[in-house]
Amino acid sequence: MNTQITIAGVTFKNPVMTASGTFGSGMEYAEFVDLNRLGAVVTKGVANVPWPGNPTPRVAEVYGGMLNAIGLQNPGIDVFLERDIPFLKQFDTKIIVNVCGRTVQDYVDVVERLGDEPAVAMLEINVSCPNVKEGAIAFGQNADALSGITREIKRHARQPVIMKLSPNVTDIAKMAKAAEEAGADALSLINTITGMKIDIHKRKFALANRTGGLSGPAIKPIAVRMVYQAARAVKIPIIGMGGIANGEDAVEFLLAGASAVSVGAMNFVDPCTTEVVLDGIEYYMRRHDVENISDLIGAVED
Amino acid sequence: MKRRVSAEVIINREIAPAIYDMWIQPVQKLPEINPGQFIGVFLKDKSLLLPRPLSICEVNADRTALRIVYRIAGAGTHEMSLRRPNDGLGYVTVLGPLGNGFPLEKGEGKRTLLIGGGIGIPPLLELAKRLKAEKQIVVGYQNCNTAGFLQRDLAQYGTVHVATEDGSVGTKGNVLDAVRQKRIEADLIYACGPMPMLRAVKAYAQEKGIPAYISLEERMACGVGACLGCVVKTNQVHHHTNVNNARICTDGPVFEADEVDI
Ligand SMILES: Cc1cc2nc3c(=O)[nH]c(=O)nc-3n(C[C@H](O)[C@H](O)[C@H](O)COP(=O)(O)OP(=O)(O)OC[C@H]3O[C@@H](n4cnc5c(N)ncnc54)[C@H](O)[C@@H]3O)c2cc1C
Ligand SMILES: Cc1cc2nc3c(=O)[nH]c(=O)nc-3n(C[C@H](O)[C@H](O)[C@H](O)COP(=O)(O)O)c2cc1C
Ligand code: FES
Repeated sequence: MNTQITIAGVTFKNPVMTASGTFGSGMEYAEFVDLNRLGAVVTKGVANVPWPGNPTPRVAEVYGGMLNAIGLQNPGIDVFLERDIPFLKQFDTKIIVNVCGRTVQDYVDVVERLGDEPAVAMLEINVSCPNVKEGAIAFGQNADALSGITREIKRHARQPVIMKLSPNVTDIAKMAKAAEEAGADALSLINTITGMKIDIHKRKFALANRTGGLSGPAIKPIAVRMVYQAARAVKIPIIGMGGIANGEDAVEFLLAGASAVSVGAMNFVDPCTTEVVLDGIEYYMRRHDVENISDLIGAVED
Repeated sequence: MKRRVSAEVIINREIAPAIYDMWIQPVQKLPEINPGQFIGVFLKDKSLLLPRPLSICEVNADRTALRIVYRIAGAGTHEMSLRRPNDGLGYVTVLGPLGNGFPLEKGEGKRTLLIGGGIGIPPLLELAKRLKAEKQIVVGYQNCNTAGFLQRDLAQYGTVHVATEDGSVGTKGNVLDAVRQKRIEADLIYACGPMPMLRAVKAYAQEKGIPAYISLEERMACGVGACLGCVVKTNQVHHHTNVNNARICTDGPVFEADEVDI
């Protein structure tokens, strides 16, 4: 049984990754999960300088998932390179660094710093966070802006670039194409869907930021549909995510056209979810006599 | 590897209106536990996905069972209250122990003051049991309906003083009114309770020039330090986050009052 996949020339031992922002820098889950088993660890978004994030409450539970408005709190690229990369290097897994910024220059600064770090296999560019006011999502909701920032990042990046797309758009295929044409090596989707929760007894917003990003099983059908539409629109590989809790969910994304999958909010429900997903994929392959995992990618039929 | 474990419900009974006392026995022997640490409790109802953070109230001597005391606050704690020993639902899934806990060594041999307000009282029990020091314990309750839960348990380990808002039991007023009225002198404070109480404890400790260790609460998702959902503002740049905040679930829930901006 072969679970290897290749994305933009980088080979992963299996397609199971962690969704940015839900797995810290790997350190927080190392006592629950054997990181050596994962295809890749995708780190929390990192900016050129430390970001303090939003006021609390930052998280709220909702039916089938949760809302978050963390606001991309991160320690900044200096601490990240000194502490988090050396930690992850100890493991036999690929490192994908998620990058955030307010301006194009912010992103470029981080991308250039990461270029000097050979342990970083790929970059994932977050242009789709719904929880910060400037930058970020503005790039992800307009095809021209997305194409502009993708081009600029590709000019400076030494590693292959994954553009992380927002589901908060009317035409995901158009966004996927814009990123591909501008030179993106791969796409990841979906980021969270903007939502809101009101505490009816207190008549207050559940989150200090009022709105937050919805993630978890509730968004899975939307994510599968968007991965399918994006996969039909482009040739570059796609990393699919949104509510993945087990191997069956992951296979659904692969069949829709994803080459790899990321586990996000479900890590909070069971810290071992990534391993559960991997075991589940392998079980499915045995049960259905799938020799090569690549045979599953986009294999859905009418 | 650490993981979620299943725990059998041994006792689950109402000890005051809407307040439950639960003993659970995890399938594995518990690791070393610091007083003030908490567990995440997972529910059967799949619409309630996230763990409910609940303080460890007490651990038995051979570390095979632990006690939590919780108030029914919503759907999750309501579901917990329905668990009965020895029926099909007689177990819970838990993750932990989580968080840092109270620093026992700071209070050793000193005159300590333990302050608990309402549903913040439970973690003080294991603290009082383990702390080798002179202990004055002040607990505050809303009114005579809830007054008294855990009071007798605590009295085994120190002198207990009670305050109630309506004056029905003990001192009329809040926990600090009781501290002042009883003229309790201390070298160090440990406290857990609602935010207004913790602010008052912080101000009191500053006034007296003594350290206070306070246990904080915030909405959580992961409970293990990964999501950055549960932060509190800190006065200094925190060594882990590299910004002015710290994660309550892992850097806390107990902080030295002077460290945090509450
Ligand atoms: C470190 C820590 C220790 C705690 N210890 C105790 C304890 O010993 N006894 C006790 O009765 N309560 C304790 N609490 C509060 C307890 O976690 C909440 O009352 C409980 O999560 C409510 O869940 P629910 O499903 O009944 O309520 P709901 O309101 O339906 O819960 C919805 C969501 O909000 C979260 N939530 C609701 N209230 C709180 C709160 N006050 N703090 C944090 N998250 C909350 C829930 O976890 C859940 O994710 C503690 C909280 C923290 C952070
Ligand atoms: C608490 C939290 C923090 C997140 N932080 C980031 C982030 O820093 N960068 C990013 O690109 N996506 C971030 N995301 C989005 C996830 O990576 C993922 O795209 C989304 O949650 C959908 O997957 P899920 O349903 O499995 O969680 C975050 C999600 C959550 C729940
Ligand atoms: S709850 Fe996730 S960091 Fe504290």
